[in-house]
Amino acid sequence: MSRFYKTLMTILLVSGASAAFAFDRYPGLGRLATPAEVTAWDIDVRPDFTGLPQGSGNVDDGMVLWEAKCASCHGIFGESNEVFTPLVGGTRASDIESGHVAALIDNSFPQRSTFMKVATVSTLFDYIKRAMPWTEPKSLSDDDVYALLAYLLNLAEVVPADFVLTHENIADVQARMPNRNGMTTDHGMWPGASAANGGIGNGGKPDVNGDACMSNCKTEVLVASALPDYAQDAHGNLAEQNRPVGPVRGVSSGDQAEAGASVDHSGATAVVALVNAKGCMACHGLANKIVGPGYNEVLAKYKDRADAEAYLIGKVTSGGQGVWGAVPMPPQGHLSDDEARRIVQWVLSGAQAQ
Amino acid sequence: MANDYARPGRVRPAPENFLSDEDIAAINKGGRRDFLRSAFIAASAALAAPAVARAQSAGDPAILELPPWSTSLGLPVAANPYGMPSKFERGLVRRESPGLTRVGGSSVAFTPLQGLFGIITPSGLHFERHHQGWHDIDPARHRLMINGLVKSEAVYTMDDLMRLPAVSRIHFIECGANTGMEWGNVAVPTVQYSHGMLSCSEFTGVPLKLILDMCGADYKKGRFILAEGADGSSMTRTIPMEMVESGEVLVAYGMNGEMLRPENGYPLRLVVPGVQGVSWVKWLRRIEVGDQPWASKDEAVHYIDLMPDGQHRQYTSTQEVKSVITSPSGGQILLDRGFHNISGMAWSGRGKITRVDVSTDGGINWREARLETPVLSKAVTRFNLDWVWDGKAAILQSRATDDSGHIQASYGQLRAVRGTKSIYHNNAIQSWKVTESGEVSNVQVL
Ligand code: HEC
Ligand code: HEC
Repeated sequence: MSRFYKTLMTILLVSGASAAFAFDRYPGLGRLATPAEVTAWDIDVRPDFTGLPQGSGNVDDGMVLWEAKCASCHGIFGESNEVFTPLVGGTRASDIESGHVAALIDNSFPQRSTFMKVATVSTLFDYIKRAMPWTEPKSLSDDDVYALLAYLLNLAEVVPADFVLTHENIADVQARMPNRNGMTTDHGMWPGASAANGGIGNGGKPDVNGDACMSNCKTEVLVASALPDYAQDAHGNLAEQNRPVGPVRGVSSGDQAEAGASVDHSGATAVVALVNAKGCMACHGLANKIVGPGYNEVLAKYKDRADAEAYLIGKVTSGGQGVWGAVPMPPQGHLSDDEARRIVQWVLSGAQAQ
Repeated sequence: MANDYARPGRVRPAPENFLSDEDIAAINKGGRRDFLRSAFIAASAALAAPAVARAQSAGDPAILELPPWSTSLGLPVAANPYGMPSKFERGLVRRESPGLTRVGGSSVAFTPLQGLFGIITPSGLHFERHHQGWHDIDPARHRLMINGLVKSEAVYTMDDLMRLPAVSRIHFIECGANTGMEWGNVAVPTVQYSHGMLSCSEFTGVPLKLILDMCGADYKKGRFILAEGADGSSMTRTIPMEMVESGEVLVAYGMNGEMLRPENGYPLRLVVPGVQGVSWVKWLRRIEVGDQPWASKDEAVHYIDLMPDGQHRQYTSTQEVKSVITSPSGGQILLDRGFHNISGMAWSGRGKITRVDVSTDGGINWREARLETPVLSKAVTRFNLDWVWDGKAAILQSRATDDSGHIQASYGQLRAVRGTKSIYHNNAIQSWKVTESGEVSNVQVL
């Protein structure tokens, strides 16, 4: 008996499953999941709170966690637009009454924050638990998630500062979500059964249809919008983004020097690929701070320091904090010595994108 | 043409573009043709003056002077164990749109549709959209779990999945936000950025129905499934059981004859034909059968379509009938007057493309384009139309119809119902303006 079948048998015994195992049509393929396995992966929480783990957390604890684990990307008040769109902002007390966010119509808030859109509080619990913090997903305990969510709800003025969020009162919070009545499923873009038949939407009927007119369809052509110059130039040299042969060529535009270099497969390009692949760019911009300093700032700080290379290799590999602020740089143990050296040399030589 | 807009002066370093359309027409009575030709001759003269001199007398140096590839030994087999495109094709790569997103791990890289032929997207050019970066997952450690309203909650290895009966199908995949930057006004210069969150591939895998049958899914109660990824975002989306039952939803490991690329979900992704890309969960680790939708983050905060009345449409999934001309298209310049093959792509999440009409006068008159084979359901269809460019300004448009009878609408028609803030599901008719100089640019016609 192969090892595989032995494991299969053991697992069948462990799970004590007597359920009809309908795998007979394709014998030997698949096995029953153990309850522990299902629990480990089945972490979703539905709007009716099916799947919500028991637990609790208060606003104060949430604030401490937030400042340590979340504020670097989302801002102290969830307002930051640096790494992602703001989580908080644009909702008012009257929205909590109506369940409709007025700023979605009157445009009084420049962004569309998370709280302006989300109708279901379950969504936020589910998402924070599965995906945040962005660079360390699935590292939070259930109580951490309750506390962080309590803090966010307080920032959005949905709950008071002394609030303790629990699995028992989360349904009451749902009743105060600012955009809770802001969703409709009455549309033609659900590819399953219609709402009338237990599904969603109108059964696939389009809301807009073009017309089939073939000649003299209108008397004049209204050009409503044309490409702004900045948008053409912002996309590099279009001549370099087209084939050098065929019926057309790309027009020359943008910063030629920069765009021309983008097809240069030099050593710098390889390092750029490396810092992308190793996740460094999640926290560092070439010329701007994200969570950690921009590489240009690092260069400016160390360009006159004799042992800069050795120091930075050590810092990149082992991590640390306090030079640029309280947020730590996590140790980057997945880098080989050679990779760390190449990246640091690239930073110290000006961190060119190409 | 009425309402022709004035294009503000732009810094364009190419020599031919220092002149306005009028200048070119005035200086070169023959118009663009002679002008371009003289520019090319000037350029080649600078490089190889003697050759040009000879060319004028005896013929084309490309013929008269044998090139190195005709007079030397080439490279051996397997010089590139995994073949790569010619170095002359290096401009046709996936690109980000500057400023669209803030961090590369939650961003988009667009497919260079302007350079593609036929209907299949080369795997290395398949567009990318990640929410939490991508990984190259060890297939030996990857598992697919089935749970929820099933008799037997089960686990499959890649070995198991790849032993099951497989099917191969060609389908398009389009991000729900494709063309999303253009809802309010023109924002991007080329079809790569306006429509490049679109790819079309042959996918190989197992119908999900077969696996759910094995597990004894409760099809009576379980009218929805949740698909979940194994990456940090563990992307989750609700999908209707009707689509699974139809047999078209696949648990796929193959793409264009090889395994999926890591950026596209290696070793396993869901294929949900006709539905926006976000539902084609990559690095698929789990399918749950349930009796209600889940309202996950990417169906309750994003991928919801804001309507003018302030309501968001939720669970919008189908990609409606759409088409775009890829050659000539924005940011290109026609080489010359005379014959041109207008070529483009059409697709619909509701089925097959039955017809594409093309206009060269901004939608006043239309001609029916040729649909090239194969014409497949929920796949890209290539269309072509003969066109003789007379050197006058033109506005090129295409309009597709699918076998449900749905006709692609104009910006005016779409905005009248959905406003300009929906972000998602912009399937408006695209317009490319051709000026007398042959330059093609992105415009919107109502
Ligand atoms: C390293 C940067 C980073 C850190 C740290 C971080 N986030 Fe995020 N967060 C992101 C990014 C990027 C997204 C968007 C991901 C996507 O595109 O799906 C996001 C999305 C979110 C969203 C959903 C917002 C929306 O509108 O979709 C929530 C809620 C959230 N984060 C909460 C948190 C919490 C709570 C923490 C701390 C435990 C945290 N984040 C830490 C970067 C970060
Ligand atoms: C989760 C976010 C994060 C990631 C990922 C990350 N860094 Fe950092 N990095 C930081 C922070 C925060 C600092 C500032 C630390 C401090 O103040 O001492 C920093 C500092 C640095 C510095 C300057 C060190 C100093 O002492 O001045 C360099 C160089 C650097 N990082 C390189 C890298 C490289 C290379 C990678 C990828 C292998 C990387 N970082 C990945 C957050 C990050």
